Amino acid sequence: MKNVNFCVIEGKSLGFYVGMAVLSFFILLGLFAAYNMEHHGHVITGMDNQIVWGMPHIFAIFLILAASGVLNVASISSVFRKVFYSPLARLSALLAITLLIGGLSVLLLDLGRPDRLLVAMTHYNFKSIFAWNIILYNGFVAICVLYLWFMMERRMQRYYPTVGLFAFIWRLILTTGTGSIFGFLIAREAYNAAIMAPLFIALSLSLGLAVFLIVLLIDCWGTHCSLGEGILHRPKTLLGVLIAGVFYFVLVYHLTHLYFTGRHGVEYFILAGGGIYTVLFWGGYLFLGTILPLLLLYHERFTHSRISIGLASLLTIIGGFCLLYVIIIGGQAYPLNIFPGKEIISSGFFDNATVHPYTPSGWEIMLGISGFAIAGFATMLALKLLPLMPRSLADADIDETFKD
Amino acid sequence: MNEELSPTQNRRDFLKTTAVVAGMTVVAPGILLYSVSQAYHEGSVSSDKRWGMLIDINKCSEGCNICTNACTIEHGLTEHVRDDIKPQWIRKIGLRDKQTGREFSLPMMCQHCENPPCTDVCPTGASFKRADGIVLVDRHICIGCRYCMMACPYKARSFVHEALENQKPHTPRGKGTVEACNLCVHRIDLGHGKKPACVEACEKTGHGAMLFGDIKDPNSEIYKKLREVSSTALRADMQLNPGVRYQGLSL
Repeated sequence: MKNVNFCVIEGKSLGFYVGMAVLSFFILLGLFAAYNMEHHGHVITGMDNQIVWGMPHIFAIFLILAASGVLNVASISSVFRKVFYSPLARLSALLAITLLIGGLSVLLLDLGRPDRLLVAMTHYNFKSIFAWNIILYNGFVAICVLYLWFMMERRMQRYYPTVGLFAFIWRLILTTGTGSIFGFLIAREAYNAAIMAPLFIALSLSLGLAVFLIVLLIDCWGTHCSLGEGILHRPKTLLGVLIAGVFYFVLVYHLTHLYFTGRHGVEYFILAGGGIYTVLFWGGYLFLGTILPLLLLYHERFTHSRISIGLASLLTIIGGFCLLYVIIIGGQAYPLNIFPGKEIISSGFFDNATVHPYTPSGWEIMLGISGFAIAGFATMLALKLLPLMPRSLADADIDETFKD
Repeated sequence: MNEELSPTQNRRDFLKTTAVVAGMTVVAPGILLYSVSQAYHEGSVSSDKRWGMLIDINKCSEGCNICTNACTIEHGLTEHVRDDIKPQWIRKIGLRDKQTGREFSLPMMCQHCENPPCTDVCPTGASFKRADGIVLVDRHICIGCRYCMMACPYKARSFVHEALENQKPHTPRGKGTVEACNLCVHRIDLGHGKKPACVEACEKTGHGAMLFGDIKDPNSEIYKKLREVSSTALRADMQLNPGVRYQGLSL
């Protein structure tokens, strides 16, 4: 392993300024949406008393999952001692912080009372997994900052593996907490399953790595930093394994539900008769987000192309997004079964609906996209200010002995 | 022996006295207010009581919405908004038995569970259960996350989607917070056998389908009735032990 030189990105190119301007524009759009949702109330969104969590939650949970997953690369280098990944560890920890901040911003701005942030920070109901998550998310940011500092500070280098291990354990608990937001909901048939926690962990690993690879490709393209085939090949293979891992948990989740007679209704709804949810599950998650990326990553014809890796990462992200949409919105769209054995013939509160409709509004999408923009803006700014990127990622500069 | 105190001692005593007086001035009102707030007084909410309701679906008339209308008026739920965001503290549901085809209707509201999932999931503790079993939302610390709405197995909660006007003084409501049936807690706390608005309205029409009272009091009508007839808890498999029971409903 060679000594790696880190540097700041120059940040004076037209591309950098245009990128920052575009991201700022999307952040402003998100803030404008949040202002309107606050001023007029959630009436302007597509959410209602039936679908209470909508598009902002999908964006927020996506970003939170990606944040914990993106730390993979740093964990592999410090916890599993694969030094080959060490040059990328700083970028990995930085993205973990920025993506989480992006996700939490969306979650906060969607609250009915975002002005009560201080209340959320000072009143804790410790039986609530949501309250635990507030602590876990804040703690994660703090640990990642510490992790990053120890990586960069020569005097602290010897503590770096310890913090790395701590961060790795913390991120596993954090994603368990995020999955349990749904896993602990006994009321709704689509949730209420312990497998939600490992499913979310697997999803976070694949989404995190996909986001990381895309950022790496963009960064090296933008800064003309040389990027070796070897340094791309290993994470690429890992991405394939993680995509397959997510598929395994999704499969077990649905097989379990299909086995329970009482849950046949919701399974039929998601897998066969749910309209948009069925399309997103089979077409979005399974075909676009699982089969296609696996083909691109492993098929002899595509496996060596950088475009394939970028495309496979992008498809993984799209597939993950579709899966979250199906889980979060689909789970609410299927009505509660309060009266088993009875048919509801009338109700003043849509109990008799076969499916609760939901159309996301532009405000929600604007707010959601601003989460990505906040993460992107913070990442670009940090890369300009701090030496987080290796000067070169050519294979020979990373590891002389490397053989693909 | 010289009895006169030195200027240093005088200054020290003065400072001591000032510190004691200042300390008492600052701390004493706090102690007083705390003791007042903690004091038990006559009529305090206690777990000796548990408020509940027994609904006889055989007496509940189809097409009758007197209970829901009474609730709307009592709590000022009169805002003109889209149906999908309209608050529903109590709703009427029409049902048909899939096996027998028998049709009936019943009112549905917060079931005031003994182990409410909404209070379990609430991150700030805004959703809480009073000692006497009434499940409430503290609008001062509700952050509007709607996790309780995801968790409620009865879909009994509503989110205020728009700014409100002309709220009733006894029913605090506000945009961006969650709300649900509070069993007309303002009436109950007055004592004198006051009942929730829906129960009172149902009695006035002569249907008498809703029986309200303390299900722990052996002398109460509801206690006796619950011992006499078989009643059903909705989603009983969840072991939430709701305070609202249905008579004549078999699930």
